[in-house]
Amino acid sequence: MKNPLTVTTLSNGLKVFLKEIHTAPIISSWMWYRVGSRDEMQGRTGISHWVEHMQFKGTPQFPANLLDKAISREGGTWNAMTYLDWTAYYETMPADKIDLALRLEADRMVNSQFDDKEVAAERTVIISEREGNENEPLFQLGEAVQQAAFRIHPYHHEVIGDMADLHTMTRDDLYNHYRAFYIPNNAVMAVAGDFNTSSMLARIRELFEPIPAGAEPVRIARPEGEQRGEIRLTVEGPGSTTYLQVCYRFPAASHPDFFPLIVLDSLLAGPSNFNMFSGGISNKTSRLYRALVDKEYAVSVYGGAQATVDPFLYSIILTVHPKRTAEEALAALDREIERLKQEKVTKSEIARAVKQAKAIFAYGSESITNQACWMGYSEMFADYGWFENYLNRLAAVTAKDVWRVANEYFRPQSRVVGTYVPVERGKA
Amino acid sequence: MTRKKITSALPGPKDIYREVLPNGITVLTRSNFNSPSVVISGYFDAGALFDPDEKLGLADFVTSALMRGTKKHSFDEIYNILESSGASLGFSTGAHRSGFHGRSLAEDLPLLLSLLTETLTQPSFPKAEMEKLRAQLLTGLAISAEDTSDMASETFDKILYRDHPYSRPEEGTPETVKRITRDDLMKFHRECYGPRGMVIAVVGAVGAEEAVRQVKRALGGWQVRGQKEPPALPPVKPLRKTVTKHHRIPGKSQSDLVIGTNGPRRKDAEYMAASLGNNILGQFGMMGRIGDAVREKAGLAYYAYSSLHAGIGPGSWEVSAGVNPTNVTKATRLIVDELRRFVQEGVTEGELADSKANFIGRLPLSLESNGGVAGALLNIERHDLGLDYYQRYADLVNAVSCEDVLSAARKFIDPDKLAIAVAGP
Repeated sequence: MKNPLTVTTLSNGLKVFLKEIHTAPIISSWMWYRVGSRDEMQGRTGISHWVEHMQFKGTPQFPANLLDKAISREGGTWNAMTYLDWTAYYETMPADKIDLALRLEADRMVNSQFDDKEVAAERTVIISEREGNENEPLFQLGEAVQQAAFRIHPYHHEVIGDMADLHTMTRDDLYNHYRAFYIPNNAVMAVAGDFNTSSMLARIRELFEPIPAGAEPVRIARPEGEQRGEIRLTVEGPGSTTYLQVCYRFPAASHPDFFPLIVLDSLLAGPSNFNMFSGGISNKTSRLYRALVDKEYAVSVYGGAQATVDPFLYSIILTVHPKRTAEEALAALDREIERLKQEKVTKSEIARAVKQAKAIFAYGSESITNQACWMGYSEMFADYGWFENYLNRLAAVTAKDVWRVANEYFRPQSRVVGTYVPVERGKA
Repeated sequence: MTRKKITSALPGPKDIYREVLPNGITVLTRSNFNSPSVVISGYFDAGALFDPDEKLGLADFVTSALMRGTKKHSFDEIYNILESSGASLGFSTGAHRSGFHGRSLAEDLPLLLSLLTETLTQPSFPKAEMEKLRAQLLTGLAISAEDTSDMASETFDKILYRDHPYSRPEEGTPETVKRITRDDLMKFHRECYGPRGMVIAVVGAVGAEEAVRQVKRALGGWQVRGQKEPPALPPVKPLRKTVTKHHRIPGKSQSDLVIGTNGPRRKDAEYMAASLGNNILGQFGMMGRIGDAVREKAGLAYYAYSSLHAGIGPGSWEVSAGVNPTNVTKATRLIVDELRRFVQEGVTEGELADSKANFIGRLPLSLESNGGVAGALLNIERHDLGLDYYQRYADLVNAVSCEDVLSAARKFIDPDKLAIAVAGP
């Protein structure tokens, strides 16, 4: 069923997507800013994520403690997330209560206070968040692999930031970052659900149009040069399980090769699920599961692509089988990669990947929050057409395309291989 | 939308269809044609309570094994059918019951139901697959043994439930999982699996009658003679004083903390009052009073919240937090102080009004997806709440007073008799 979509840009540059969906008395409202960890220099890593936390710390109109209580009282759910390329805030509310969310987002686009005391309390909260991440072997490994893959491009650090910077960033650093990026002409607003488009648009104009546009933020332009030779690294830590992470360089989501690569991902490791509010499907008949888990080189395998503005990574993560070494598991993985480069995939394998994507899209469309999310999300790395045409573009992929991208992108010279080596208790 | 319109959008007797098949399986369905997808979800009486002490993890091993091969299809064939359609199906184990959850495009519902039936009624437990599975389960246990959050929960259950069956880990231990044989799996399946007590919900782009017809065709013929009765549950002995245990996991940068006590069963009269009280204590807004004290004011933790686990048997009421190892004592003190205040002063009218509005307002949101509705239908059936439960829900919430919350808090929480579990360096 097709729901009417309205796209418009306000006089201050705020792009607005509205989609009426009258299946449930719910409205989901999203505000997306083009700012993420790729907008951070050394010394201020993690600043975008920290600013996101501060956006919950109050404005003169909505003081800290009042905000979350007001949303919860109305039965709403809200959250925010910071990623490589973007920061997003959303509220999903009973339809008759959405005005609170609209007023709140308009207010905190400009009026957040960044009170010294709140900054100090949040510093230790974020340090605690990072310490929780550090408990996980796969975080440790992922961080090491990512920083090895990017020396120049700011994709090189984790969104949470480096511990050193979390200790030293100041209130003014945070506030300046906020002022530079939180402007209407650097944002996309997406609202979906049970409303009337013309009255919703009128209300959005009323609340957001008075906010002046700002100077267009400049994004750091430091493209990563070509990698010349495989990078291998190890991370040691507590535990008894070995993990292997192998990353190949992938193009930007807007690149035409992205789609044949998604088909390839689907048959290599099971389909990637780009929905934020709906799970994916299992991967037990993917080539890597059959070759690695079924043959007991690994206990589990996961592969996934990310939709990013600039070229990022395709990650394959193995939990190495206790009776195998990381080297043996890697050799088995390499045999499958080699097969992809030699033999063309079949038409039926491509058709299967398309059907899987179609099902995952159908599951995602059950949720109004997820539908609203997509309108802004796709704008952050491409445009809404990327989402709308996704299934058609997958269906247009040929076996030749897949063969070509397998050879072009799955080169050992441009990959990073990381191993998490468990160290005996007390010695880590 | 008006209040009336919102209520009529909630599941109720008019749009939930319920039928009990002659072999004892209860079918619940509700149609939703907004998306071309469908969910199946349900449970059956074969939980971990059946596990012998020396073979803990047996029920879990069996559910994990169901899809590893049947009399008709191999493991790879089963998943090939599912994944080629973009469908999914999985089983899980709880103390009382085991469950399943699957979804597909509506056109593939017959396929999904036929695989459910086949894996549930005719698993073949192939030898080689069982050994692969065992290695995977053991690796899972090894990873879990290094996870501060998993270990804090397990330690908490051991303190709170001591010699009660709820103290036993449902996944078993490396020793018990190594001991389980293929014969054990087959015997467990033969004796404990059957249609009696089974419930299945079908929600999505399929008509109610058609859904029931499909379930009947798939599972209506399943008969098992002598299906075992679930074991009786002994009462829990309350703690006489606070007991603290520290499970050491060296090399970690954060410790996890679980502090709590017994809680109501889902069917207890105090459930709704305790649930609203819990929302005020450690959920509402940014994790309630606990979040305010531990995260917002003291800045000690990224997460600090409380939860009420109310099921068929004696439940638990827990506060969880992840903190730097040097802050464990400080965070524990703040949490125990909040529990003390909670049972001494209770909650204010304003706090209660906020949480009531939150409970009532968020209901449509939790019922947005097919999975959410299926969960709600199973909740109704599991606890005998009545098909009109979600339409009566607002009244049930509004009937709770501050005194009700206080007496529920005092009945279950004694700040001097807590289970305190820490896992970390």
